[in-house]
Amino acid sequence: MAVVEFQNVTKTYPLYHHLHAGLKGFIFNLPSALKGLNSGFTALKDLSFKINEGESVAFIGRNGAGKSTTLSLIAGVIRPTKGQVMVSKRVSPLLELGGGFHHELTGRENIQLNGVLLGLTRRQVAEKLDEIVAFAELGEFIDQPIRSYSTGMIARLGFSVVAHLEPELLLIDEVLAVGDASFQKKCIAKMKQFRDQGVSVVMVSHNAPDIEMLCSRVIWIENHQIVGDGPTSLILPKYLESMK
Amino acid sequence: MLIPMANAPVKHHYKDLIIELLRKELRVRYKRLALGYLWSVMSPLMYAGLYYVVFSKILRIHAENYPLFLVAGLFPWQWMTNTIMAAPTTFISNYQLIKKTLFPRFLIPVVISMQDAIHFLISLPVIILFMILFNGKVTWAWLYAAPLMIFVHFGIAYSLNLMLATLTVFFRDLERFLQIGMAFLFYLTPVLYSETMIPEQYQPLIMYHPFAPLMINWRNLFMTGEIRFDYLLSSLIWCGGIWVVANIIYKRLSWRFAEVL
Ligand SMILES: Nc1ncnc2c1ncn2[C@@H]1O[C@H](COP(=O)(O)OP(=O)(O)OP(=O)(O)O)[C@@H](O)[C@H]1O
Ligand SMILES: [Mg+2]
Repeated sequence: MAVVEFQNVTKTYPLYHHLHAGLKGFIFNLPSALKGLNSGFTALKDLSFKINEGESVAFIGRNGAGKSTTLSLIAGVIRPTKGQVMVSKRVSPLLELGGGFHHELTGRENIQLNGVLLGLTRRQVAEKLDEIVAFAELGEFIDQPIRSYSTGMIARLGFSVVAHLEPELLLIDEVLAVGDASFQKKCIAKMKQFRDQGVSVVMVSHNAPDIEMLCSRVIWIENHQIVGDGPTSLILPKYLESMK
Repeated sequence: MLIPMANAPVKHHYKDLIIELLRKELRVRYKRLALGYLWSVMSPLMYAGLYYVVFSKILRIHAENYPLFLVAGLFPWQWMTNTIMAAPTTFISNYQLIKKTLFPRFLIPVVISMQDAIHFLISLPVIILFMILFNGKVTWAWLYAAPLMIFVHFGIAYSLNLMLATLTVFFRDLERFLQIGMAFLFYLTPVLYSETMIPEQYQPLIMYHPFAPLMINWRNLFMTGEIRFDYLLSSLIWCGGIWVVANIIYKRLSWRFAEVL
């Protein structure tokens, strides 16, 4: 059974530079500004695919190909310009990891906020708080504002929250890459556990070994379009070859 | 069964979301509630002291119970401006949350407005102290007028915050216009002076001012315990009108927040 389906999805970002000139700029250049709103930059062109329950899929492609845009569309934080993004009724909330943190709050406060933003009750978060803190292994830093965290530390926190949410669909955008070896091992073990429980995993990664280990299917995006979709053993080598 | 993402049911616990977002807002803005309280009391009091010296001692305008007059006008005014001036940063300072998670965005304006309302309510004892010192009167009108006015005031402040916060996501320079606009509005609102000092032919214009009727009612409530119902009605209409406009703008633009921020 499918959990996510893209039907001819096109995503165009409007050219907001007129807006960045502010209200003043917008009013003084009204005709060209209005035209700017309708034209735009196409980040994804006519994407169609289906992801089934329990499947683990990796999106690969060059920088700027449109992988993060695809994940944001699945998460529903942005909407397609054309086409439909369909999701299964059962699969919600959709989770994206490494986001939803506020830099002025401590790690612990962020766990509380993030858990609720991702759809839990305060009580459910409170029950899992100790487990999440322990998993993140941040020591005393857990009570420091996360603006003092390194990139890897924020990724640890993000993964720990999501790992304890009992997700039905996991969206992971390049967080494994910034964790150190021991944390990567922990994450991978956790993700394998999810996969074995039948959770669908959709990830973006530039690391071939991770993809081989975790995903049975790869979707390759090039020039904002899908150029390859199939078993990892088939698509990944082609992609790596093209990068040489 | 697959359904379009845009129609996917949202499984959010609104009460818990509001509590957590409110706690976050208090932590980020003031670190501690006590500090926020001190600020919300000291700032209008200091302005009241300044205006008292300027108008009563230097310009020698005579008005009865002027200290209470000023306090009774400035505290509600402060509540209104705080919420409005918070608009430019309402969504922008929460971009990390908006870009990555899907929750009803209007809850951020809700908690910001709630925070300012709470500060106003807990600063009421200060106003009451001035009422005791300067002949303020408490009447039965308090029972129905105060809750109604708090509701209307919250409604106007929230709707303006929602509308301006939404627009600032797209027009970042709105903040400057807002600063100038609010400075103008302050002198065009009978806060430092009484509405009776306005030349008669201009007095009907008060009704067309988004919050002058409300401010006048607040001051009268604290000073004489009486309010004007035509002013209350005008505030209610303004509240409804701004709320509708704010929601139209929000509905049309909010889904773009994550791509613009
Ligand atoms: N909010 C936005 N507004 C305008 N353009 C955007 C926005 N987000 C992304 N883009 C553009 O869309 C294209 C795809 O971006 P996306 O972030 O999806 O790439 P990616 O495949 O994730 O790349 P990377 O491997 O570097 O993470 C890029 O050219 C980018 O400039
Ligand atoms: Mg990316």
